[in-house]
Amino acid sequence: MHFFLFLLGIPFLFILLVPILYKLFNPRVHIGWFVLAAPVILFVHLFRFLPEVRSGSVPVFTVPWIPSLGMNLTATVDGLSLLFGLLITGMGALVILYSVYYMSKTRDALHNFYIYLLLFMGAMLGVVFSDHLLVLYVFWELTSIASFLLIAFWYERKTSRAGALKALLITVSGGFSMLAGFIILGMISGTASIREIIAQAGELRGDPLFVPAMVLILVGAFAKSAQFPFSIWLPDAMEAPTPISAYLHSATMVKAGLYLVARLTPVFGGTALWFWLVSGAGIVTLLYGSITAVKQADLKALLAYSTVSQLGLIMSLLGIGSLAWLYENEALASAFAVAMFAGIFHLFNHSVFKGSLFMTVGIIDHETGTRDIRRLGGLMNVMPVTFTVALIGAFSMAGLPPFGGFLSKEMFFEGTLKTSAVADFGLDAFGAVFPAFALAASVFTFVYCMIFVFKTFAGKYRPETFKRKIHEAPPGMLIPALLLAAVTVLVFFFPDVPAEWILRPASLAAVPASVGRFGEISAWHGFSPPLLMTAGVVLAGVLLYRTLEKWSPLYRHYPQKFTLNAIYVWMLEQYESLSRTLTDRYMTGSARHYLMYIFLFFILGVGGFLLASGGLGADLANDAPIGLFDAVVVVSIILAALTAAMTNNRITAIVALSVAGYMVVILFVIFRAPDLALTQMVVETVTTVLFLLCFYHLPQLEKRMEKPKFKLTNFLTAAGVGLVVTLFTLAAFDHKLFKPITAFFENSYELAGAKNIVNAIIVDFRGFDTLLEISVLTAAGLGVYTLVRLGMKGRDADETE
Amino acid sequence: METLIAVLVGILFAVGTYLILTRQMLRVILGISLLGHAVNLLILATGGLKKGRPPLLSENGAAFADALPQALILTAIVINFAVTAFLLVLSYRTYQKYGTDSLDDLRGNDDE
Repeated sequence: MHFFLFLLGIPFLFILLVPILYKLFNPRVHIGWFVLAAPVILFVHLFRFLPEVRSGSVPVFTVPWIPSLGMNLTATVDGLSLLFGLLITGMGALVILYSVYYMSKTRDALHNFYIYLLLFMGAMLGVVFSDHLLVLYVFWELTSIASFLLIAFWYERKTSRAGALKALLITVSGGFSMLAGFIILGMISGTASIREIIAQAGELRGDPLFVPAMVLILVGAFAKSAQFPFSIWLPDAMEAPTPISAYLHSATMVKAGLYLVARLTPVFGGTALWFWLVSGAGIVTLLYGSITAVKQADLKALLAYSTVSQLGLIMSLLGIGSLAWLYENEALASAFAVAMFAGIFHLFNHSVFKGSLFMTVGIIDHETGTRDIRRLGGLMNVMPVTFTVALIGAFSMAGLPPFGGFLSKEMFFEGTLKTSAVADFGLDAFGAVFPAFALAASVFTFVYCMIFVFKTFAGKYRPETFKRKIHEAPPGMLIPALLLAAVTVLVFFFPDVPAEWILRPASLAAVPASVGRFGEISAWHGFSPPLLMTAGVVLAGVLLYRTLEKWSPLYRHYPQKFTLNAIYVWMLEQYESLSRTLTDRYMTGSARHYLMYIFLFFILGVGGFLLASGGLGADLANDAPIGLFDAVVVVSIILAALTAAMTNNRITAIVALSVAGYMVVILFVIFRAPDLALTQMVVETVTTVLFLLCFYHLPQLEKRMEKPKFKLTNFLTAAGVGLVVTLFTLAAFDHKLFKPITAFFENSYELAGAKNIVNAIIVDFRGFDTLLEISVLTAAGLGVYTLVRLGMKGRDADETE
Repeated sequence: METLIAVLVGILFAVGTYLILTRQMLRVILGISLLGHAVNLLILATGGLKKGRPPLLSENGAAFADALPQALILTAIVINFAVTAFLLVLSYRTYQKYGTDSLDDLRGNDDE
C-alpha cells in the first residue's frame, strides 16, 4: 500500500484509537489534543505536494480494492484536490483545537464527537482525492452519515434530531440521484475513472444519456451544497455543536458539491444546460440566501443563510467559468477563465472567513449563553478580540477592503458583467439577470454583515440580561479564530501567494486549457465598473441598514405557507398520509380481498397472455369419444360440486364433496389408472371421516348470506378463473410440441424388475419424490398432533388469560 | 373427452374459487379440496385419455396409458390429503381459540 494512501487513511486509523484514548485519559486530558495530531500530520504532508502540483504534474497513487470490477482506490493529487485537502486538514486542525476548549470533558460524549469528526474528515478527503466515481460516491455518502451523526450530537434535543433527519433525507436523496448520474456517466464513457472520462469528454456530448447524467449529478451536487431549493437542511443543521457548524457546514462538506461541479466541468462545461443550471441555481441561491439571512434573529441561522448565499455565489461563478470551454477567442476565453478562478478564490476566502465567523459565534454562545441577536449588544468592550475577528470576517464577507473577500467579490462582479456581454446561450436576452442579481444580493449581504457585527457588539452593554459574568474567551478558542482572521487580511495584501501556489493550479483542474489566462489579482484596478458596483453596494447597504427598522417588518408579510420549510414539511406529511391511505386501502387485513387480488391477477395475467399471444385454440380431432357413462359421471361431479357450494347444511356439503371425490375415483377407473383409483378412494374416505370429526366441533354453515354486491364479485371472479383455466387447458391440449417420454418407463421390468409401471416410477425411477412426499405426510401428521396437543394444554391457559 | 374434461376442470376451478372467496373457513377448505380434484384431472388429461391398457406390463393390448401423469397425481393426492388434514385441524383449533370461523372476524391486530 502506498504511503500517501496510508496517510489519507489516518483519520480512520485514529477512529480506532479514540475509544482507547478516551478510556485511558478522560477526564484527565481532553482527548481532542490527541486527535489534533491527525489533521496536522496530513496538513504538513499535503503541504509538501505544493511545489510538485504548482509545476503542473499530477501524482497518482493506486491500491487495488476490487480489481475484478475495475474499482481501485486511486488518489489523484491535482490542484483542486490539493486545495480541498489543505482546507479540510487545515480547517480540521483549527476546529479540533477550538473544540478542545469548546467541548466539555465531563458533560459531552467526547469519544463520540471525535469519532464522528474523524469519520467525516477521512470521508471528505476520500471525496476530494478519489478518481473512481463509485469510490467517490462511497465517501460522499460517508460524509452525509458523519454529518447526520454530528448534527444530532446532542441527541436528547428534539430539534437536533429533526435537523439531522432533514439533512440526511435531503443529502442522501441527492446523493442517490448523483449515483444514478455517475452510473450513466460510467456507462456512456465505458470507464468510471474521472481522468479517463475527462480525456474522452468531447465524444460524450452527443450521447442521448449525456443530459440525464448531467442533471442527475447536478441534483446531488446542489443538495449537498445547499443550493436553492435544497438549501433548507443547512439552517437546521445549525443544531450541531458550533465547531461542527464551522467545519462541516461552512468550510468543507457544503463545498463537496462545488468540488464536484468544478471537477466535472471539463466533462460538461461549455454546454448551455450546464451553464444555465449551475450559474442559474447559484445566482438564485445567492439572492435567496442573502435576503433570508437579513431576517434571522439567531446568529447561527444568519450565518447558515449567509453560507447558502455565498455557496450560491461560488456556484454561479463556476457556471460562468464553464463558459471558458465555449470560446476559442482569447479575450473571452480568458475572461471566463478568470471567473472560474474567482470561484475557486472565493471558495478559499469563504472557508477562511466563515470558519472564523462561526468560531466567534461559538465564543459568544459559550460566554453569554445566548445567540439571539435581540438579547445581545455592546459586547465590543467586553470581548475586544472576538469583536476584531468578527469585524474582519464580516467585512470580508461583505466584500470590503482591506480583506480577502473584497478581491473575490470584485472578480465576481467582473464575471457577471462579462456574462451579460456575450451573445450565446440566450445571454443577450437574459444575461443582465446576473449583474442585477449579484448587485441586489451584495446589498443584502452587506446589510446582514452589518447586523452581525453591530447588533452583537455595538450598542448598549446590558450585563443584567445575561445570566453570568461575561469576559473574553480563553486563548485556545481565540487562537484558531485569530489565525483565520489573519489569513483573511493577509490574502488581501498578498493575494498572489495563495494564487500562485494553489489557486491557479486548482482552477486549471476545471479549465485545463487556461494556463496563463487567469491574470493578476489586483486590489486596485482603476475606476472600473466592479469598483463602482462595490461603491454602490456600500452606499445602498448603509442606507438599508440605517432604515432597517422601517422595512424589515416587510418580511412578516411573506405568507408562511409558502416558505421552503413549510413546503418540505407539507410534502413529508403528504407522503406519509398518502402512502398510509393507499396502503390502508388495499391492505385491508381481509384474506378474501387478498385472494381476490391474486385471482384477478391470474385472470388478467394468464387470460391476457392467452389473448395477446394468440394461443387460444381447441383441437377436438384427437379427442377420445365420450360415452354415456362418462357423461353421467362428469355431470354428477359438477352437480356434487355445485351442491357443496350452495348448501347451508354442513352434512350436505360434506356428502356432496365425498360424492365428487368418489366420482373422480370412477373417472380414474375409466381412464385406466387403477392405482390412482385405489388411493383416491382411500384418501377420500379418510378425508370424509376427518371432515366429519371436525364438523362435530365446528359451527353450522352460515345462514347469513354474503352482501349481494360482494357475492356477485365473487361469482364473476370464480367464473373468470374457471373460464381462463378451461381456455388454458384447451390451448395446452392444442399444442403438443414433443412426444411423451413415457416409452422409457415402459421398460420398467427390464430396468427395475417391476410390472406395475406407475409403482416403478414412484419407488424406483422417481423415488426422491416419494421420499419427500412421505416427509410431507409426516410433517402434516406432526403438525396435526401438535395442534391437538396444544389445544389440550392451552385450554386452561386461555381461560386464565 | 379431453375437451369435456377441460370444461369439467374449469367448472371445478370456478366452484373452488367461489368457495375460497367466501368468509367461512370450512367452505374455504371445501374449495381447496375441489381445486385438488380439478388439478389432478387436468394432469391426467394432459397425458391423453382412454388410450390403451392400464400401465401394467402383465396386461396385453396395443399400448399403455401414460404412466407418468399417474405417478405425479399419486404424489399429489397424498400431499393434498396431508395439507387438507392439517388445514382441518387448524380451523378446528382456530374456532376453539377465537370462537369464530369467519375470516372477516379473523383479521389480526390493527397495530401490526
